[in-house]
Amino acid sequence: MTAGDTPVLRLESVRKTFGRDRVVLRDVSLDVAPHTVTALIGASGSGKSTLLRCANLLEEIDDGAIFLDGEEITDPRADADAVRRRIGVVFQSYNLFPHMTVLQNITLAPRRVLGVPREEAAERAGELLARLGLGDKAGEYPDRLSGGQQQRAAIVRALAVRPRLLLLDEITAALDPELVGEVLSVVRDLKDEGMTMVLATHEMGFAREVADQVCFLDGGVVLERGTPAEVFGAPRRDRTKRFLRRIVEAGRL
Amino acid sequence: MTFETTSSARGGGTGGGARGDDGDDGYTPSARRLERERYKRARARRATAVAALSTLVTGAVLYLVITGSPGWQRTRETFFSAEYARMALPEVLDGLLLNLRLLAVCGVCVLVLGLLLAVARTLRGPVFFPVRALATAYTDFFRGLPLIICLLMVVFGVPALRLQGVTNDPVLLGGTALVLTYSAYVAEVFRAGIESVHPSQRAAARSLGLSNAKTLRYVVLPQAVRRVVPPLLNDLVSLQKDTGLVSIAGAVDAVYAAQIIAGKYFNYTPYVVAGLVFVALTIPMTRFTDWVTARMDRRRAQGGTV
Repeated sequence: MTAGDTPVLRLESVRKTFGRDRVVLRDVSLDVAPHTVTALIGASGSGKSTLLRCANLLEEIDDGAIFLDGEEITDPRADADAVRRRIGVVFQSYNLFPHMTVLQNITLAPRRVLGVPREEAAERAGELLARLGLGDKAGEYPDRLSGGQQQRAAIVRALAVRPRLLLLDEITAALDPELVGEVLSVVRDLKDEGMTMVLATHEMGFAREVADQVCFLDGGVVLERGTPAEVFGAPRRDRTKRFLRRIVEAGRL
Repeated sequence: MTFETTSSARGGGTGGGARGDDGDDGYTPSARRLERERYKRARARRATAVAALSTLVTGAVLYLVITGSPGWQRTRETFFSAEYARMALPEVLDGLLLNLRLLAVCGVCVLVLGLLLAVARTLRGPVFFPVRALATAYTDFFRGLPLIICLLMVVFGVPALRLQGVTNDPVLLGGTALVLTYSAYVAEVFRAGIESVHPSQRAAARSLGLSNAKTLRYVVLPQAVRRVVPPLLNDLVSLQKDTGLVSIAGAVDAVYAAQIIAGKYFNYTPYVVAGLVFVALTIPMTRFTDWVTARMDRRRAQGGTV
């Protein structure tokens, strides 16, 4: 295997349980190639968010292993902070720090973790904010922004550390359709720039359009995996067909 | 002492050794998991060994420094005499009963009065202006007034008024002074809790049609009180120690009992005994505070290892 095709993120038989008998991820294996977008779909509670939290080491997995650029990050000797520096996360509920302005939210990690000087961090934050249409919001506090603006600010915060991989956890779940479009176009732009992303989503139309690989999670395993055309066009499993049929009935595809 | 193990043991049941029985899906732990757990156990053992060793070394150094000091012989006789300790302990414990009774009664009064004051300060509307102003003035005054001065004024000032039907009992008067000062402190703790509840919570309750008072009662206060339990318990521990101050009014509590013996024999050991008794009483309270806080954190957190 040459260095070029080492997957950015690789999950090998990952198992995650909560308590004694809630098995959320039974045996999940997954490869994410560089500069591709992977969409995780599945019913609520199928483990999409847990998978992303495990990949960022916010949850400790029970078994299996996770690799970032070919290096095992679930090894107890691995430096979790160093791993997290290379992964950006955008949460469903934004998780912006309410006591800081948008600019302070964004420059916190570059300044305190990476040691970037204040002016340089602010300059880069300004560029990113302008690109995402938030150029005039740098001095505002998060509580005074709309949901779409907050979510875009959260994306800027994740991008500010120039991550190798971006994890997006149902980032449009709390937004109205107009704001959804606004946030999704940002994701589309990031894909065009070659950012590697894994996103958990209920926006099937978007997953179909932007993803290179779609994974259907069910019962703690990746039940079906393939290109959007394969998974959405010709699902092989009954369970996937049923799930997609319900989505179509709900008018979401 | 925080061992390194706690962080790994929390992570959703991973650290507890390989179990093949979680879930009913015929899962058997892989060699990778077993190796990982072996490593974690080894690291936990090392952490415990390091902690034990450093404790031992610290203890030995302290022992050598203190017993090696030039005045140690004299100090030991005056402060740590076993004979006087045996003599003082029953008297001190007898006096301690008074401290405990004071703590129980004053503690309840302080919590109730403090909460009322805090609520009074958060009342809205022009009608309540005098209530708000009085509550603010009260907390400002009694929080600023040194406890010992408050105590002296109440204990010696009130009887001097020679009012009909007002008690001269130093315990009752001392307790009143404690309640006056501590309720002002506790009111501020409650108020901080009330104000830390996000305005969106109030908005959500009001939008359901709850009145201001009902919003306070059912939505704001439950969250506020839960949030301030650790600082409240902290104030309670502090109150527990300050019950010893009623001895200046002549009530025979643990401190005064020690003082009587110390004065009689010119030996300070009874003070040390009384001090240790208070510490012994405070430790369970502190551990209880830690336990309550930890439990609250666990219940609120969505899980995870950070």
